[in-house]
Amino acid sequence: MTELAPPSQDAMAVVRAQNLGLTFSTNDGDVIALSDVNLTINKGEFVSFIGPSGCGKTTFLRTIADLEQPTSGTLTVNGTTPSDARLNRAYGYVFQAPALYPWRTIAQNVALPLEIMGLADKAERIARTLELVNLTGFENKYPWQLSGGMQQRASIARALSFDADLLLMDEPFGALDEIVRDHLNSELLKLWARTRKTIAFVTHSIPEAVYLSTKIVVMSPRPGRVTDIIESDLPAERPLDIRETPEFLRLAARVRDGLRAGHSYEE
Amino acid sequence: MQQLLAGKTAPILIVLLAIGLFWYAAAIWMNAPWQTTLNQRAGLENVSATEFIGQTWSQDKPVLPAPHQVAGEIWNATVGTDIASKRSLAYHASITLSATLLGFALGTLLGIGLAVVIVHNDASERSLMPWIIASQTIPILAIAPMVVVGLGAVGVTGLLPKALISMYLSFFPVVVGMVKGLRTPEAIQLDLMHTYSATPWQVFSKLRWPASIPFLFASMKVGVAISLIGAVVGELSNNAGGGLGVRLLTGSYNGQTIQIWAALFIAAALAAVLVIAVGAAEKLANRAMGVRA
Repeated sequence: MTELAPPSQDAMAVVRAQNLGLTFSTNDGDVIALSDVNLTINKGEFVSFIGPSGCGKTTFLRTIADLEQPTSGTLTVNGTTPSDARLNRAYGYVFQAPALYPWRTIAQNVALPLEIMGLADKAERIARTLELVNLTGFENKYPWQLSGGMQQRASIARALSFDADLLLMDEPFGALDEIVRDHLNSELLKLWARTRKTIAFVTHSIPEAVYLSTKIVVMSPRPGRVTDIIESDLPAERPLDIRETPEFLRLAARVRDGLRAGHSYEE
Repeated sequence: MQQLLAGKTAPILIVLLAIGLFWYAAAIWMNAPWQTTLNQRAGLENVSATEFIGQTWSQDKPVLPAPHQVAGEIWNATVGTDIASKRSLAYHASITLSATLLGFALGTLLGIGLAVVIVHNDASERSLMPWIIASQTIPILAIAPMVVVGLGAVGVTGLLPKALISMYLSFFPVVVGMVKGLRTPEAIQLDLMHTYSATPWQVFSKLRWPASIPFLFASMKVGVAISLIGAVVGELSNNAGGGLGVRLLTGSYNGQTIQIWAALFIAAALAAVLVIAVGAAEKLANRAMGVRA
């Protein structure tokens, strides 16, 4: 990243959470999904959320997307409420599963948000985003004709097609095998470098979090909270074998420690 | 031969042959007592076994007509008769078919409409569903005359009363199927729509409706067959308008068993054609929606 002097801290903040809390009321009593989360995601950052299941990492992503409502604290997205940000098409969301509509071809799936938002130049946007995820030539295939990794790439193209500056990704590669996942991780970094998007990325894989991120948010469960925020000092250019370097291993160890500290809390 | 047995043709032919043999045997057994009486009255003695069997297969009003008698009647009453004549089975079949199709169309629309309301409003599921289910527990034979007579009293006769009975039967599988079908979209598919700030209409037209299409066709296959039953039952209540139901009714008044069986077979064939037509429409829809062949 080229270091330009930021105009002000506020203008840089894409997501800002202050004392954010979210409690689900269930039949078995209240579940504290998020407790006192303070976090800022700045423009152009690649932020990973890592933690065991139940730590609230997905819930936090869903609150940014206005899919869940916080019960305390404040959360702003692009300086507005999550709901206004959603109406302003501030973000594209990539789910754990591709969630492609099986009756639509890949091009038609990518066109879905464009149709709903009434955006023009569909053909150009489809071609451009499919090219970004290396799916040119698969426009007229149906989802079942593609492998799992290709389907997830198509869903990323769908999230990029309407040019939102923020990309929210909820364990997008969690269901894929490690070889495909490595490949998609390096492709995602290239995509991030080309598009300069802000990316919030939920994962449960330490190497994935360290490899991708400029900032790693370590979370722990019961109640879901942030235990550590690690700024990565890895270079922007990251070949896959960076994962064998001492810097990488040191970061991974710190993440692992953070996770362990969160766990010992409950025992 | 090997090829025939491996395919579908041979098993189908074997079953058809077995049914035919059983039917001819049953015709001998069921028609024999009356034939014996007839022969005694006519003073015929020493009728050989083959001659007697031939007689049981060619009575005017047999208890059970033989297959070739039914086939002959179907041939004579369709190809052999002017289509505009009231004796033509094709004429009666066309009356039943129009009531069936109108009722099926109305029933499918009503079923889809109710399902849409139910899926979008929890209160309506609790308030409507019990009535929808109760409607199907009432014997249609009890309702049909009331509908036909009641509408006749206010001057509505002909196609519409019968179509309404068809509708009454065929909307049910469509409601049940479509409520299920419109609810098939997964949570993340709906969440996706929410992230796009899609309107309820967009969620319906771009997600719920296409997702429910397989359920619609499954429901319509059941619906179209019972639509035909509805139309025939409606015709039983009013023998003025014609139709296959009327042929069944007059056949049973006059002991014309051959006529009854011919009308039954035409009705069954009609139902089969309708179900096949829905199946063909389903194939076309599947192709357009990229369903894996």
